[in-house]
Amino acid sequence: MLIFEQSHHGRAANAQLPQDNGALASLPADALRASKPNLPEVSEMQVVRHFTRLSQKNFSIDTHFYPLGSCTMKYNPRACNTLASLPEFSGRHPLGPSLHGQGFLSCMYELQGILKEVTGMQAVSLSPAAGAQGEFAGVAMIKAYHDERKDTARCEILVPDAAHGTNPASAVMCGYKVREIPTGKNGDVDIEALKDAIGPQTAGIMLTNPSTLGVFDRKIKDIADIVHEAGGLLYYDGANLNAILGKVRPGDMGFDVIHMNLHKTFSTPHGGGGPGAGPVGVSKRLKPYLPVPIVGKKGGQYELLDENDYPNTIGRMSAFAGNAGVLLRAYIYAKMLGREGMSRVAEFATLNANYLLKRLMEVGYDAAYPERRATHEFILTLKKQAKELDVTAMDVAKRLLDYDFHAPTTYFPLLIPECLLIEPTETEAKETLDGFIDTMALILREAKTDGSLLKEAPYTLPVRRLDDVKAVKQLDVVWNKRESK
Amino acid sequence: MPFIPHTEQDVEQMLSAIGVDSIDDLFDEIPEDLRCGELEKIPAGMNEMEVTRLLRERAAQDGLPLCFLGAGAYEHHIPAAVWEITTRGEFYSAYTPYQAEASQGTLQLLYEYQSMMASLMAMDVSNASLYDGASALAEAVLMAVRANKKSKSRKILMPLTVNPVYRSVTEAIVKNQNIELVDVPYNAETGQTDLEALTQFVDEGFAALVIPQPNFFGVLENVDALTTWAAANKMLSIGVVNPMAMALLKPPGEWADTGVDIVCGEGQPLGVPLASGGPYFGFMCCKQQHVRQMPGRIIGRTTDLEGQQGFTLTLQAREQHIRRSKATSNICTNQGLLVTAATIYMSLLGPQGLKKVALNSHKNTQLLRQRLMSIKGVKSVFNAPIFHECVVQLDTDVKQLINTLAREHHILAGFEVSAHYPELGNALMVCATETRTENDIEQFATKLDTLLNG
Repeated sequence: MLIFEQSHHGRAANAQLPQDNGALASLPADALRASKPNLPEVSEMQVVRHFTRLSQKNFSIDTHFYPLGSCTMKYNPRACNTLASLPEFSGRHPLGPSLHGQGFLSCMYELQGILKEVTGMQAVSLSPAAGAQGEFAGVAMIKAYHDERKDTARCEILVPDAAHGTNPASAVMCGYKVREIPTGKNGDVDIEALKDAIGPQTAGIMLTNPSTLGVFDRKIKDIADIVHEAGGLLYYDGANLNAILGKVRPGDMGFDVIHMNLHKTFSTPHGGGGPGAGPVGVSKRLKPYLPVPIVGKKGGQYELLDENDYPNTIGRMSAFAGNAGVLLRAYIYAKMLGREGMSRVAEFATLNANYLLKRLMEVGYDAAYPERRATHEFILTLKKQAKELDVTAMDVAKRLLDYDFHAPTTYFPLLIPECLLIEPTETEAKETLDGFIDTMALILREAKTDGSLLKEAPYTLPVRRLDDVKAVKQLDVVWNKRESK
Repeated sequence: MPFIPHTEQDVEQMLSAIGVDSIDDLFDEIPEDLRCGELEKIPAGMNEMEVTRLLRERAAQDGLPLCFLGAGAYEHHIPAAVWEITTRGEFYSAYTPYQAEASQGTLQLLYEYQSMMASLMAMDVSNASLYDGASALAEAVLMAVRANKKSKSRKILMPLTVNPVYRSVTEAIVKNQNIELVDVPYNAETGQTDLEALTQFVDEGFAALVIPQPNFFGVLENVDALTTWAAANKMLSIGVVNPMAMALLKPPGEWADTGVDIVCGEGQPLGVPLASGGPYFGFMCCKQQHVRQMPGRIIGRTTDLEGQQGFTLTLQAREQHIRRSKATSNICTNQGLLVTAATIYMSLLGPQGLKKVALNSHKNTQLLRQRLMSIKGVKSVFNAPIFHECVVQLDTDVKQLINTLAREHHILAGFEVSAHYPELGNALMVCATETRTENDIEQFATKLDTLLNG
C-alpha cells in the first residue's frame, strides 16, 4: 500500500509541527499557494511503520551477499556513519567561516593526502559528487589543457568498447566526439586498433584498468606511450580501484587524470543509488585546472582554496564542496584501514574472486576469459546455456534472488553475450562464497532438468517478474497528480 | 585485518583450490616494474575506539555556533525518525535498484518521492533526484536546449538574482557544449529581475529563461510575469525554487496560465542536515511533454506476472548505461539516500507541517529583519517582499564583522553578499528558520548592536 493510501484528512505527526502559525501579513496574496500539495496526512507511527516495512523489501549488503560486478558492494562500517554524524559535523553550515571548520577541514586535507598517495597522483580535488561527475571534471581538465596550449584540433576521445556507459556520455558532455576501440581476444585493448585510431585529433583516452572485463590490461605501459606520443592524455576510470589498492598506482601506470569512486573502494554507503563521491587526482601538468574548492593549509590553518588560488580551474561542480559527508565516511574508513589495510583490500578481493571463478568453472560455468587471472571480479558467459537450454543470464540472475543472493551485474559489459559480472569483494567469508557456489550449481541442475522453472523466477520475493514494457508504454511515475487541487 | 573475515585456514584452502602458492601469485599479470611498494605516507591503521576518539576531537574543534546563515543551505529541525529509518541497513547499504524484485522498498519509496515532489511543485512528473541544486540547474539548462526544438538556440537567459554559485556551476558544466548564459540585470530598488530590461532580448532568440523563487536575495520574483514573458517569446521557462517555500508560495506549475516547463532546485531543506554542504540532493520536475528529455533515474509503477502492482526503473533508454554517448546525461549514481530522508521528512510533516515550517521560518526572518533595522547603522536594501531570507546594509566591513561574531560569540551572522555583488557594498544576508527563537534573535541583535555602536 502506498503512503498516500493511508492518509486521513486532519491527521498529522503532531510532535513534529512547529508551535506557532506565524503571520502572513508581509506576503502578497498573489504570491501564495492556493492548492494543497498532495502529501500524506499520517501519524508518526504510521510513517515509521510504512518505511520500515518498505526497507524490508530490499536486498542490501547488511542483509545479503550482493556480488554486483563493478559496484564493489563491500561492508560499510557502521563507525563511519556514526562518527560522520556527530552533531558538530552534521550541523556545520558549508559557508561558515573556516575557524568553525578546522576539525572537518583537517580530515579533508588528510584525505586528499591519502588519495594522492594511494593513486600516485600529484594533486587531488574532492569536489565531484560522484563517479560520473569526476569523469566530467577529468575530461574537462583534458580539454582545458589542450585549449590553453591552443591545441584545438583535438576533438576526439577514445573509449574501449568495454567501458562503462558513463565514459562516452561524459566525453560528449565535454563537447568531444567518441571513438570506440575494440577489445582483443584476450581481453586486453587491441593495440593495433588503437594505433589505427589515434592521431592529431585525439584529445585522450578513457581507460579502466582492470577493465570491466575483469582482467588487468598487461599492455598498459604501451598504451600510455602510444597515447602520449600522439599528444593525447590518459584518463583513468577508478571504478575498479579496489582491485589494485596498494598494489599498483594509476600515476605509475602513466595516467594523467583519474577519478575514484569512494562509494566503491572506500566503502561509503550506496544508499539505494547514491550518494557517491568522485574525487579527481591529476599529474602535475593538469593541477592548475582542478575543480574548486580544494582544501589547503595556510599559516597552520585549514581553508578552502577557490578561484583566486586556482585561476585556471575548470570551475565548480557543486554549490558547496561536494558530498562532504561521504568524504568524511571515506576518511574514517581509510584511517581504520591504514597503510597495511589498503593492500589487503586488493589482496583479499582478488583472492575471493579467483576462488569463486575457479569453483564456478568446476561446477560447469564458462568464464569469458578462462586463460586469464580474475582481478577483483570476473565474467561468466551463459552463451552455451542460452543456446542449449534456452536459459539466459537474466533467468539465472532472477533465480538467485529466490535463493537469497543478490544477482551479479547482468548484460554488462555489452560485448560479452549472456554475461554475469561477479564481484564478491574482500569482506565476504569463504562460507558465503561456498553457499553461492552451491546455489549456482543447483541452478545449473535446475536449468538442465526444468528450464521453465528459471524462466518465471523469482517466486519468493514481494513481486514476480515485472512488466518493463508496460512501465514505459503506460508511463505512471506519479500517484494521482494534483488530485486535491 | 579490519573488515576481512578470512582465517589462515580459509586462505590455505582457497589458494589450494585456485592452484597457486600465495596471494601474491594472483597478481602475476601486473608487470613487475609497475608494482608499488609500501605506501609510506599513509599512516598505520586505527581501531574503532581510537578513530572515535580522533573524530570526536576533530568535531569538538568545529563547535556548534548559532546560525543565521542561509544562502542555499538551511538549518531546519529534522525529526529523529527521518535518519533512524534512512540509515537502516536495508536502505543505507543497497544500491541502484537494477534487480527490481529485490529492491521494491527503494523503488516504491522513490515512486512516492516523485509523487510528493511533483505535487509540491504542481508539475506533471519528477525524476528520482540529481546531485544538488546547482548541478540540477546545469542539467535543466541542457535539457531545455534539447527540449526547445522550435528555437534551436543555444543561449539561456540567466538572471543575476539566481544564486551566483549555481550560475558558476552551470557555466562550468554547459560551456563545453557551446551553450551561452546571458545575464539579466536586477532592479536595484526591488531586488527583482528587471522586467523592463528583458525587452532588449526579445529579438535575439533564447532556448529558455531561468526564474528563481525566492531569488538569491530572498526576494520574491514576479514569477507570473516572467513565465508569461518567456512563453510569449517562445522560450521554455526553468524555475529554480526552495522546495520548503513551495508549501506556502505559489508553486511553479501554477505560475501564469501555463506553469513552467522545468523546475529544479536544492532538496536539502527537506530533512537533510547541513553537513558542510553535502551530500544533499537536487530535484527536477517537468511537464509531461518533456519527460523523455529528463536526465536521471525515473521510477514507474507497473504490474508483475500475476498482475499485482510493482515498481521498476523506467525510460532507461534515456540513460548512459543503455545509450552511452547519446544519453540525456552522464549521471549514474544519484542521491538515493537523501531522497529517502526527504520522503520520510515530507511524510512526517505532511501538507500542514511543511506549511507551518515555511511560515515560522518566514515569521522569524521578519522578526530578525525588524530587530536588526532598529539598530543604528543597519539599513534595508530591497523593498520587494521576501521569504525567509533578506539582505541588510551595514556601515562597517561585513567580512570582518562576520569573523568577529563567529570568533568571539559563536554566531554565524550571515552571508557576505558583496563577495558576489560588489555593487551592494557592505551587504549582509541573514536568515532565521523555524529553529531560531526570539531569544536567539535578541542575542544576535544585541551583539551586532554592540559591535556597530559600542
